[in-house]
Amino acid sequence: MLICNIIKRQKLTMKKTILIISLAIVAIACGEKKEKKDNAASKVSSTMEGTIKVDGSSTVFPVTEAVAEEFRAVQPKVKVTIGVSGTGGGFKKFSRGETNLSNASRPIKDKEKAACAENNINYLELEVAYDGLAVLVNPENDWVDNFTVEELKKIWEPSAQGVIMKWNQIRPEWPDKEIHLFGPGVASGTYDYFTEAIVGKSGSSRGDFTASEDDHVLVQGIAGDKYSLGFFGLAYYSENKDKLTLIGVNNGEEVVKPTLETVSNGTYSPLSRPLFIYVNSTSVKSKEVVEFVNFYIDNAGELSTDVGYIPLPKENYAKQKENFKTFVENNK
Amino acid sequence: MRKIKEYIIEKSLLSSALITIAVTVGIILVLAIEAVQFFKEVSILDFFTDTQWTPLFTDKHYGILPLLSGTLLTSFIAIAVALPVGLTISIYLSEYAPKGFRKTIKPLLELLAAIPTVVYGFFALIVVTPFLQEIIPNLSGFNSLSAGIVMGIMIIPFISSISEDALHAVPKELKEASYGMGATKLQTAFKVVVPAASSGIIVSIILAISRAIGETMIVAIAAGQQPRLTIDPTVPVETITAYIVQVSLGDVQHGSIEYRTIFAAGITLFVFTFLLNTLSYRIRKKYQEKYE
Repeated sequence: MLICNIIKRQKLTMKKTILIISLAIVAIACGEKKEKKDNAASKVSSTMEGTIKVDGSSTVFPVTEAVAEEFRAVQPKVKVTIGVSGTGGGFKKFSRGETNLSNASRPIKDKEKAACAENNINYLELEVAYDGLAVLVNPENDWVDNFTVEELKKIWEPSAQGVIMKWNQIRPEWPDKEIHLFGPGVASGTYDYFTEAIVGKSGSSRGDFTASEDDHVLVQGIAGDKYSLGFFGLAYYSENKDKLTLIGVNNGEEVVKPTLETVSNGTYSPLSRPLFIYVNSTSVKSKEVVEFVNFYIDNAGELSTDVGYIPLPKENYAKQKENFKTFVENNK
Repeated sequence: MRKIKEYIIEKSLLSSALITIAVTVGIILVLAIEAVQFFKEVSILDFFTDTQWTPLFTDKHYGILPLLSGTLLTSFIAIAVALPVGLTISIYLSEYAPKGFRKTIKPLLELLAAIPTVVYGFFALIVVTPFLQEIIPNLSGFNSLSAGIVMGIMIIPFISSISEDALHAVPKELKEASYGMGATKLQTAFKVVVPAASSGIIVSIILAISRAIGETMIVAIAAGQQPRLTIDPTVPVETITAYIVQVSLGDVQHGSIEYRTIFAAGITLFVFTFLLNTLSYRIRKKYQEKYE
């Protein structure tokens, strides 16, 4: 574990050094200002106490965790516990009123809605970020301009293992060359999501590809290999635009490339999805939950980028905040 | 008083020797116990004959061959680089170089072994691979060729240093006899000194192989992480050591079969290096008897 971290660190070192230096300069420049602002913020809102219970999707977890961590700085006495029972498991608890907030990587299902209604749980759905995946090839690859979902499935499904080995097995006009696959390792949520969206079952794929939890390794691998194909979180692609070629996905009607627009309006399907938190009406009676959710919406944009997701357009956050305000008013 | 002191010193020396042995035995035991658990679930025949290694994925295969081929391929390339270079250096240093030069250059060469292997790994990935891609356009970003070459550079001192010691230890009489027969320096070096020191040279090669097989960082960084049964040096491969790193990094469940694969892989690796070290020990012993 340690060794691996060291590898990662080493890889990042150069970039990081530059980053740290520039951050340090920025920090020095605006350190004073920020401090004042923080002080002001904590003075205005009185200190609160209490526990906020969150459960649900492991995909949303990093965002909620990041928000909770930041929130601790503002309200140190409010304890936020976050479980990862999965979206469905989270809704189960949510519908029984056991949690205040539920993390979800899909909208609530009718069955879950019914369960909530049974227990007189009113809730509000809030979009917090988007999760998008990028399919990538080497810039020297001049034959691929799009993939269909079926083609991606054909490449990645478990039965492709040891069978689909060459580009021309996908489309006959593509070169008779070995295809080199790169993807996140089985421990990553990105892998789960990709397999769920493409293969149809989370965690199910072929095994003969270069699997690495370290996105740098994937970037290096794809960037250095003409016959490569890989995927990872869209946020990571934007940092490596010059080294990789983004490939559009044909969703059955048109070929769509993932951009902020196509991800946020849902046309880049099935490789993008909105992430939600759900809040129930009884919880918003307690101040700390209201404070936390407001804090969540205010910071979700920035923090979701930090953890590798795509933020909503600014006006959407404003809209979410508006919705939440009315929800709180109505349930006072 | 003195006796007690002697006694304490003696026992503490003994205990430090015992601790080392105990640690080794402990490691072997842990490896063996977990590996036995592994082989309860996976037949040993499959382990050595299956050509796919995908324990973390849906279609699980537990064939060590792809990892073994990756390990042997990178080691072979490393030896192919290190052997001629290392041997040439050792012959030059022991037979041709002036004494002063030899004294300065030898520690400098050994410095190669002092470079952290993670640095070698990045050297392979970001310097050697792009350079090789100029020559071989189809070379993958991760490949056994560049990892092997850099690993070869790393083990040069193993070969050059130990071989040089062996060459140096060849009795002067042999050389003088050769000169006396009218042989040139080159003839003496290759026809008399090298054969006389051959067992030492072989030991150096075996130690270098053993080092190459166990090397982790360079291959984990530069050779890729895809188990592939191949002898093509231009594509990504995964070695046993790199696999162990990969699994230790992920979040496999403690006690699961995925977790035990690293012990099965580990013990395979251990057996290999153990055999090589034993072999080198045997040869060294023989060689010592011959000249002392």
